Formats: sequence, C-alpha cells, structure tokens
Amino acid sequence: MSAACLDIRSLSAVLPNGQRVLRSVSLSVQPGEVRALVGESGAGKTMIGKAVLGVLPTSVRVVDGDMLLEGEDLGALQPKARRNLIGARTALIPQDPLTALNPSRRIGPQMTDRLVRILGWSGERADSRIRQLLDEVQIRDPERVLKSYPHELSGGMRQRVLIAAAFAAEPRLIVADEPTTALDVTVQKQILRLIAQLQRDHGTAILFVTHDLGVVAKISQKVSVLYAGKVVEEADTAELFAAPRHPYTRALIAATPRYTDPYASLKPVDETVLAGLAAEIAAADQSWRPGHG
Amino acid sequence: MDDARISRSGSSPRLWLAGGWLLLALLAAVLAPLIAPQDPLAQDLMLERLPPFWLDGAEPGYWLGTDSLGRDLLSRLIFGGRIAFIVAFAAASAACVVGSALGLIAGYFGGWADRIISRIVDIWMAFPPVLFAILLVAVLGTGLSSVIIAIAVIDWTRFCRVIRAEAMGQARMDYVESARIAGYGRIGIMLREVLPNVLPSIVALLSLEMGIAVIVEAILSFVNLSISTDDPTWGGIIAEGRLSIHQAWWVLVFPLITLILTVLSFSQFGEALKARFDPVLR
Repeated sequence: MSAACLDIRSLSAVLPNGQRVLRSVSLSVQPGEVRALVGESGAGKTMIGKAVLGVLPTSVRVVDGDMLLEGEDLGALQPKARRNLIGARTALIPQDPLTALNPSRRIGPQMTDRLVRILGWSGERADSRIRQLLDEVQIRDPERVLKSYPHELSGGMRQRVLIAAAFAAEPRLIVADEPTTALDVTVQKQILRLIAQLQRDHGTAILFVTHDLGVVAKISQKVSVLYAGKVVEEADTAELFAAPRHPYTRALIAATPRYTDPYASLKPVDETVLAGLAAEIAAADQSWRPGHG
Repeated sequence: MDDARISRSGSSPRLWLAGGWLLLALLAAVLAPLIAPQDPLAQDLMLERLPPFWLDGAEPGYWLGTDSLGRDLLSRLIFGGRIAFIVAFAAASAACVVGSALGLIAGYFGGWADRIISRIVDIWMAFPPVLFAILLVAVLGTGLSSVIIAIAVIDWTRFCRVIRAEAMGQARMDYVESARIAGYGRIGIMLREVLPNVLPSIVALLSLEMGIAVIVEAILSFVNLSISTDDPTWGGIIAEGRLSIHQAWWVLVFPLITLILTVLSFSQFGEALKARFDPVLR
C-alpha cells in the first residue's frame, strides 16, 4: 500500500506539428523524497512539471502514458475532479518570483485566499497558518509583508513568500520549477536552504526541476537526467555523482565549472556524446507507436 | 517605505487641475437652472452680439456676451454642459462595459473567443468613426439616446483592443498559472486575478472616452444631427459662432475653449488616475 507520491509512467507528449517533446518519460517521487530533474534548456523538464500540475500549454498534447498522484490516475478523472485533486495535494514554487504574485493584490489576502476559498478554511485559521509559515521562511516582520504589494518586496522576499504559500496548505507534492534561477547568487543559497529545511520539517515530496548540478547535489536524494524529453539516466544522487553511467551525465558533471580552474573546467558537451544521444533518441522514436508505449 | 513618493505622485498638479476643471464644469451643468445668469433660450434682438465683459459695449449680467439672436453665451455654455456630460458619462460607460468585457474574454480565454471577437473589432474599425456616427444617428433618428447609442456602438472597440492586449499579457503571468494549479475556475481567475490588473487601464480609457464622447457629440451637434436644435449644445453653439466669426468672435471662441479644456481634462484626469491606482506605477 505504499503508493508513490507521484508516479509517471511512459508519458509522451507532442506539439501540433507532431514533434515529440516528452519521450516515454517514467519517473516516480516517493513520499517525503526530493527528486531532481536535470537537463539543459528545452529538455522538457518544465513540461513534466506542468503536465503533473495540469497546466500544459494548449498546444502540447499528451498522447501516451499515465500520471498517478498518490495512486490516483489523473487521466481517469473528470477535469473538475482532477483540478480539485491537484489543487488540494500539490503546489508550485515557481521560477520567477516577479510574476508569480498578483501585482494588484496585497500579499496577505493573496496567501490566505487560497486556503479559505479553495480549501474552505476559516479566516482565522488561514491567517495564523500563513503567519506560522512566514516565520518558518524567516520573515521577521510579517505585519509589513502581509500588508505589502508584491512590488514593494525584493525578489528574495517574494520567493520566501511563495515558498511559504506553497507549504501553507500542507501539500503532498511540491513542484519546484528552477526556484533559484531568477535570484542573486547570494540569495540562491538561502532560498535553497529554506526549501530543504521546510521539506524536512513538513515531509513534503518535491519534484525539483533545475539545470544546476550543484543544486542537485545539495538538495535531492534521487535524480533523473533528461535530454530532449527523454530520461537518459536515473539514480540516487550520491551514486550519480560517484559513478555516472550515461556518457551525457558524465559530460554534464565534467562541464560543471570549478573555482580552482574555471576556464579549463568549463567544457562543452563532447560531440561524440551528442551524436550518441541523437542516435539513441532516433532509435527510441523508431520503435515508438502512440498507445503502445 | 516610500509613502512620501506615493503621496507626491498622487497629488500631482495634473490630477488637481484636470479634476478641478471637470468638477467646476460638472457642478455648473448640474446646477444650471440655479446659476445661469440668463435664460439660455431667451432671445432679445436689442442685445444681439454683445461683447464679453471686458470690452466696450458689454452689458452687466451677460459676462461672455451674446450671440446674433441676443442669447446669453455663458448661460448657453452652462446648459450645453448638461448634454455634454450626460453623453460623456452614459456613452463612455456603455462603451466601457461592452468593450472591456469582450476584451477581457478575448485576451484571457484566447482561442476561438479571441479570434471571433478580434475579427469583429477589425471589421468595426474599418468604418470611419465620424461617418459611422452620422449614419447611425441618421438611421436611429436624432435625440439624446440616439447620440449615446451611436457613440457606444462605435467606440467599444477602443476598450476591447486595449483590454484584450493587457489581459493577454496578464494571462501569461505565473500568478495566473498558480491560481489554475490551486484550483480556481477560469471565470473566477479572470474576474479576481486578471480584472484588477487591467482596471487602471480601464479607468484611464474611460476618462479618455468621456472626452472623445464630448467631441463626437459636438461634431454631431455641429452637423445638426444631435438633439433638437432648441437646446443649447457646445457643438451647436460652435456651428452658430462659425457663421458670425467676423462680427462676434466670442461666440466661436468661448465654446471652443470650453470644449478643449473639458476634453483635455478628461484625458489628463484619466492618466493621472491610472498612475494613482496602479500599484506598480506609483
């Protein structure tokens, strides 16, 4: 009965022109676990996150595969029931804290609103809950923050607010979509530490989308490496860094810049690796038929 | 933290000058029967073409002079303001409600709704607006309600285009996606999340449109297609003043100044209000 928190089984999605953006992606996130999803821009990391949360762009069509949220098959549910399930059990920590808060509403109502209107909490309960969460993300002057408009807060503050909001309803799964990419390097570290802290305290499973292997090493227990919409390697994080099996993973790890020798360590992915990947993907596409796999 | 800056931009001279003129003109229009020095329709050929008060030959009580039928110009301007403001508020509000609603739907929902609404707007805007207005009033018959309907029917597209573009931009924002994930319905998101963010633009456009409605009403009066010719309207006075420009320039100049000040005030007032309401701009 230990159902995975999230179980994606051979998920495939295509664009209107027939181009595949997800190639039979399978991955699972166990309760309380952090699963990193790494890959370069355009590899489909964000797409997987959006698919799980039910907000794929209308142009992207899921043609194959299943997604199970705590054992419930999202594809088998009516749209309304699916929305309710996703709304109650998941949350998003978005990439860009500048656009993720409604600019014309104050932070307080914006945070409590979802608890009250969607989950039916009382106003006082929602209010004390978000104060507690603001404290957990180390916001020292909650009064001011709750009364502020988003533009009156710094990027780091806004991301803290968004993290607090994501954890407020005690979701089982949080999709964190490059939550530190839009922030200053110094702020990135604090935010990452906060997410890790809250994740441990609340026991929430996280699907952590990132392109930064350094972040992967710090926060996740499991990793899936994505290339062109295909999972090329999946492993325990420690194992992946100790002994990467796929040549692409090896190349990615090798390409991570090091302080000791920044220029020499900054290597592009080798051509033969890319050629191998292209062949691998072509072979996968050859054998793939929608509905079989 | 920046309260000082907010209050400074909130009390900009532009807001107060434009608002002050509009308030003055509106009060004068509302209280016209009480404050107009003369009956705006009373003709007196003994008093024809009296100059304004600072020129030789002026009569006390006829501050801005009289027209070629001896009617008091100031009183006619004050009473003309009634029609100008009624048309401005009614026509602009109607155009605003219809245009903003359609623009919000087109911009937020996109897809078919957007395609249909945008095509209608394109077709609509291919008609020259003033000719369209003249045509509409000719078909509907002259009268206050026809003028209001004509302006609303023509000018809803202004709101529709701008609000569509703004709603589209907002719909792409992450906060809208977050609201989707949280489980809000589409219409709820449109009204609760997107609408407040396009509201400053709606307010600015509404004020601008009131100015435009005043102009269109004046144009229709000028070509004698507004309301009955007896009631004074700014456009009607301008039309009469044009005929006697060499004998009595003031009959043309004062209504023009009134018209320009009012239209300018509406547009400036709208811009200043937008700056004040928009949490990001201020």
